[in-house]
Order: sequence, then structure tokens, then C-alpha cells
Amino acid sequence: MSSILAPWMRRSSTRVLRAATREQRRTFQVAAARRSDSLNVHRDTPENNLSIPFKFDAQNEKLIQEVLTRYPSQYKKAAVMPLLDLGQRQHGFTSISVMNEVARILEMPPMRVYEVATFYTMYNRNPVGRFHVQCCTTTPCQLRDSDGVMKAIEEHLGIHPGETTEDKMFTFTEVECLGACANAPMVQINDDYYEDLTPETTKSILTALKEAALKTGAGGNAPGLAGSAGQDEVSGQSSGKQLKQGGLGYSAQGASIPAPGPMSKRTSCEPARGLTSLNSEMWTGESTFRKDGAL
Amino acid sequence: MLSTPATRGLRTSSTTSALKNGVRSMATVQDAPPVQRQRGLQDQDRIFQNLYGHHGADLKSAKKYGDWYKTKEMILKGHEWLISEIKASGLRGRGGAGFPSGMKWSFMNFKDWDKDTKPRYLVVNADEGEPGTCKDREIMRKDPHKLIEGCLVAGRAMNCTAAYIYIRGEFYHEATVLQRAIQEAYKDGLIGKNACGSGYDFDVFLHRGMGAYVCGEETSLIESLEGKPGKPRLKPPFPAAVGLFGCPSTVANVETIAVAPTIIRRGGNWFNSFGRERNSGTKLFCISGHVNNPCTVEEEMSIPLKELIEKHAGGVTGGWDNLKAIIPGGSSTPILPKSICDEQLMDFDALKDSQSGLGTAAVIVMDQSTDVVRAIARLSKFYHHESCGQCTPCREGSKWTEQIMHRFEQGRAREREIDMMQELTKQVEGHTICALGEAFAWPIQGLIRHFRPELEARIQATAKKSGGEMLAGGWQHDAGKHGMLISPGQ
Repeated sequence: MSSILAPWMRRSSTRVLRAATREQRRTFQVAAARRSDSLNVHRDTPENNLSIPFKFDAQNEKLIQEVLTRYPSQYKKAAVMPLLDLGQRQHGFTSISVMNEVARILEMPPMRVYEVATFYTMYNRNPVGRFHVQCCTTTPCQLRDSDGVMKAIEEHLGIHPGETTEDKMFTFTEVECLGACANAPMVQINDDYYEDLTPETTKSILTALKEAALKTGAGGNAPGLAGSAGQDEVSGQSSGKQLKQGGLGYSAQGASIPAPGPMSKRTSCEPARGLTSLNSEMWTGESTFRKDGAL
Repeated sequence: MLSTPATRGLRTSSTTSALKNGVRSMATVQDAPPVQRQRGLQDQDRIFQNLYGHHGADLKSAKKYGDWYKTKEMILKGHEWLISEIKASGLRGRGGAGFPSGMKWSFMNFKDWDKDTKPRYLVVNADEGEPGTCKDREIMRKDPHKLIEGCLVAGRAMNCTAAYIYIRGEFYHEATVLQRAIQEAYKDGLIGKNACGSGYDFDVFLHRGMGAYVCGEETSLIESLEGKPGKPRLKPPFPAAVGLFGCPSTVANVETIAVAPTIIRRGGNWFNSFGRERNSGTKLFCISGHVNNPCTVEEEMSIPLKELIEKHAGGVTGGWDNLKAIIPGGSSTPILPKSICDEQLMDFDALKDSQSGLGTAAVIVMDQSTDVVRAIARLSKFYHHESCGQCTPCREGSKWTEQIMHRFEQGRAREREIDMMQELTKQVEGHTICALGEAFAWPIQGLIRHFRPELEARIQATAKKSGGEMLAGGWQHDAGKHGMLISPGQ
């Protein structure tokens, strides 16, 4: 019996001793508090409060009418997501006034709109800079050195994820997979995907964008993010290749920016060293039509 | 005398040979290994001809290369013939679960469906967000007319009145291309009233999401489309009974819908001639990570993984021997070590036998330089970020696993916590409303299954460095001496 008890007694005696000498201090939290991306509650700020009025402009009013026709008339509230998006594009971010205006148009309780605006990550409920740089760091990008791209952006802009530069030109966010994994690593700047990046090409894009914005006089926090060109009605025939050649770029008013897409020599998702498939003659509907006569 | 050496030897040899032959080791009803059919896919048999942007995404080029050819005749054949053709093709859903499409579509034509006056919807799931996957984007920006024609044909097979395409919000340019294509099709009378002159009315609408991974789940996609936060619904009722706007609906992946017209034009038997039995057809594979030429490519099902990577992606960086592990089907499928990858076939059943899954066929390759624990820890962070927060096992479990994985990455853990982690993921799996619970549990289970020695080595190395084994919860071995409140019994 003593042989069973002996180790226990030895242990417990040290425990008693230790407890006696121990400083009675409890710590509840040892790690730094980690905040989520943004607060889920609204806080009045000078640029986002109820006294700032918001109205959709004439062009957007027309678009809203078009959007509403897509959903059954008794389910008007289905249009809340497209309308919030239009509001964000017009105002620059989804302010409380934008949400209230959408609720008024769709005849739904404002709370239902707040629920939607806080659930989806693409609604910026705080002002963002002229260029919203979103760097993907999920595993496929991480394997292709998104760490290097993150570091390059931080060094170049001097800000960390979640922050905006002082001139309100760039907001930098770390985001989850953006669905261009065969072209990793990539960043999304406003609506454009820049793919196949290296730290050097990342810096060159940021430099070019800033230069272009300064030359064309577009300041920081300008309402209507880049991409408002896409709000035009689609008309006429499209022709030729839709894809932009990577690295070709646009230039106007003495400023030039690289075209979105892969920054390497690739056009899109093809293998970099020559096609391994789809390099012979194309087929047509007639040439491959079923022979059994069933159709 | 549970097992004599002789029987034990017999048993092991039979299991290893069974694994080699690709026979299921589980107790499912399987009489023979699936039959392997023709090999070596020709360009003539690739459905997505414009995958690399050979021609424009406009209607004229689409018509030139085989889209909208004899669509009217197809629609006039009626739903029974269309569904029988899809059933004959053996097409399985391309969104990850691999449910037979013909069967799924037939659920819409339940008894007395034609006496119901409610509208009926086809919802196309273009909310592509699974890390590693980038196939639907290529379809939508280069072959949008394949998708729109697919909506019409699949919609006819299910007797739908309209189709909603739910595209993820980040794909702004893809949405522009698709919207333009829809407008072209309306203008040409291909969809809308009297679609293609067949007397059948069919509308196609585009809806942009706003960046929520969980909206890729069918019921949460429906919620989101109705203008609510995308939180999944409990099933049943299934969407085929009560779906979008309370009407019968079916949610299908972009690729499934986009291949349908070509299958019907060329015949179900043509499509069924590729890949192994029960895993037929061609598939878009997205190869990313440590390969020489990452790319998206259309290949036949059941292609060996090694051949896929060497043929199209230019091989693993540093050669096949430099391979460490592969995630075969997008982030939510368990990781496979090199030893399994050597012989692995890429189809639903073969990957299931290897305790993984085909998922969306997004192959993420990792070479020897990879910190595999960090790679999986990053995925845990992804799932924590994307959990909708509706049901407890997922909301709390995803956060918990992320924190533990973060500690494993640094080795700040106790070895027994690996088992605890395994148990935790088992508790989550199957107890959540949607499949996001499985999605974050499986990668971790795969890591523990194949890379446990690596986890243990890391924990031991940290213990050595800090002068003693860590206490549970990542506390330093001497935390108790410093007055920290540690859990008892260790």
C-alpha cells in the first residue's frame, strides 16, 4: 500500500509547497485581442452619419428600374444586394444613409438591409481609398509567394492590412481566395484582377496607378470607384477577343497603367510554356453532330 | 487465437493488393473495379474550345464554333428525352459532390408537377470560391454562350420558367461579359419569349453575390438570392420542393450546365466513352501551386494524377521526386502524400478510396519546400473567416481549430492535443446544417492522417527549445511556477 501511496504523497507535498509560494495572480487574457475585419455595429463618424443625405443619381435610378424587373414583384427585397452595390459605387462606400435609402426604395425594414450589409464582405461600411488593394493570401497564393507580394505592398505603401494611406489613395486589405488560383499570386484593385505577380511587378502597378491618379486629378476618396465605366448600358455588338493582353496597358493624358490580367507573358490560364492542348483544328457544330439520328 | 501469423499475413497482402487494384476497401456493394475506357483525349473531344481565348466571347464566334446549333430541335424533344440523354451520358455534378445530374434534374418533374401553377427556377451556382478552383471563371469570361445555352436546355429538361445565374461579386468583368452575352441572346431571340422559335418561354437573369464563400452552398445561395444574409437552410424540404421564392428550384454548377448542350448534340454515349465507368466524361482541372506551368485544362476523367501534372503543368518544380503532397480537389478535400499521388487516378470513386475526394478538381501541388502545417493552418483561417455563424459546431469549431492549428504551426502544443484535434473535427463533421463543417474538418483530418510525424517533430523541437514539453493550451512548461492559471491534471 505504501508503495502505491508514496509517489502520490511525494507529488502532493511539492504541490502544497508550490501553492504556498505561488504569487496569486490570475490572468484572463494572454494573447492580444484580435478584432475582426470591421465592426458589425455602426458608429457615427463625420463622414458616415444619419445627417448626410443620399440619393441615387438619374443614371442609377434607371438601372434600379431595370434591376427590379429581374425579380418577382412580390419579392422586391431580392434586389437589396444589387442596389447596395450601386449605392456603394455612387457614394464610394456603403454608408448608413445608403442603407436607409435602399430600405426606403425596397420598402423593407432598415434592419434587414443592415443585416445584409454586415454579412457580405464586399460592402465597405467605412470609407476606402481611391484604390482598394486586396491581396489574396489563401494557400494556393501562399504557395506561390503571396508573402512576398504582401511585404512589397506594405513596404511600398507604408501601411498594414486594414489601413488607408494618408493621402486616401490606397486602402490595403488581406482577403481570402479570389478564384484565380492558376494565376497566383494575385491582387484585386477595385474591380480589376492583377495576376502572376512578383514583388517587383506589384510595386510597379502601385506606382503606375498613383501616378495616373495624380495626373488625371482624381483625388483620394473619390466617389464612384474605378469601374464606373461598366455601368454604361451594354449596346452594340462585341467583336474580337475579349481578353486583354497582360502587360500591354492603357495610356491617356500622359499617364499609363498596366492592363489587368496576368503580369507575365500569359494571356489567361494557359500553361506558360506553350499550349499542351487545344492547339489543333477547332470543331464546329456540324462536324461533330451525333450520327445516330436521334436528334 | 484471434489471428495466426498466417492469416494476418494473408490479410495484409490482400488489403495492399486490393488498394493497388483500386477496389473499394469499404463495405459497399461493388462487384468489380470500374472499367477503364479509352485514353488520350483529343482536341476534337474537348468541350471548352475557347478555354485559352482562341476567339471572342461574342455570339457570332460562339455560333461559328458549335454553340446554339440545332438548339430548337433539342428543346422540342421534350424533358423526358433530354433527361434520359443526360442519364445515358453518366454526367455527375461538377460542383464537388458528384451527384448524378440526370437524376437530380428528374426530381423537378415530380408527380403532378404540371398541375402546379408556380414558377420554377433553375439556379446556376457561379459563386466559385473554393481555394484552388478557377474553372467557372474561365467558362464565364470566354464561353458565356455555352452557359446560357445550357441554362435553356437544362431549364427545358426541368420545365423551368427562368434561370438565375448567381455569380460571385469579385468577378466583375466576368459578370460584364456574361451580361453582354445574355443581352445578345435576347436580341437574337435565343432566349426570352418563344426561345429559339420553339414556343417555349425562358428567361435568364444575372445576380451578383457580394463575397461570401458560404453562398456556394445551395440553400444559402437561395437565401442570398432572396435578399437575405446567406445562411444555409435546413433540409428537407429540398430546393426541388421549396426553393427560390418558395418555388421548386434546382441549383447546379456552371460546368454541369455548360456541358449539357454539347453532350446532347454529340450524344450521351460519346460523353460516356471517356473515363472509368460511373466516372465518365471530361472535366476542367485547375492546377496550381508548386508546378512549373500552373494552368486550367480540360482532360478526361480518371486520368492519372502524375500524367495530368507532367503533361499539362510541366511537372512539379524540381521533378516528381521533389513532391511532398497534393490537395486533389480544392481546399476542402483531404491532403494526399506523395506515396499515394504516385498511382492516384483522378475521379470521384478512386479519390474516395484514397480517403479524399475529387471535389472541384482543383489540384494544389506542394513540393518539399512547403510548410505543410502552415498550408493547412491557412485553410483553417479561411474557413473561420467564411463560417456564416449560424450553427454552433461550425462557428465555434472553426475558430477553435484555427487557434489550435496556429499553435501546431509553431509547435506550441502537447502531442496529445493532436488526438484531441482529431476528435474535435469528428465532432463537427456531420453535425452542421451545411457542408462547411466537413469542409474545415477534412483537411485537418487529412493532415493528421498523413503528416502526424511532422506535427510531432515540430512539437518536440519546440519543447526542446523551451526546456520542457508545453502544457495543454500552448502554455510554457513552467507557466504554473509563474503563477499562470493552467488546467489541472497535467
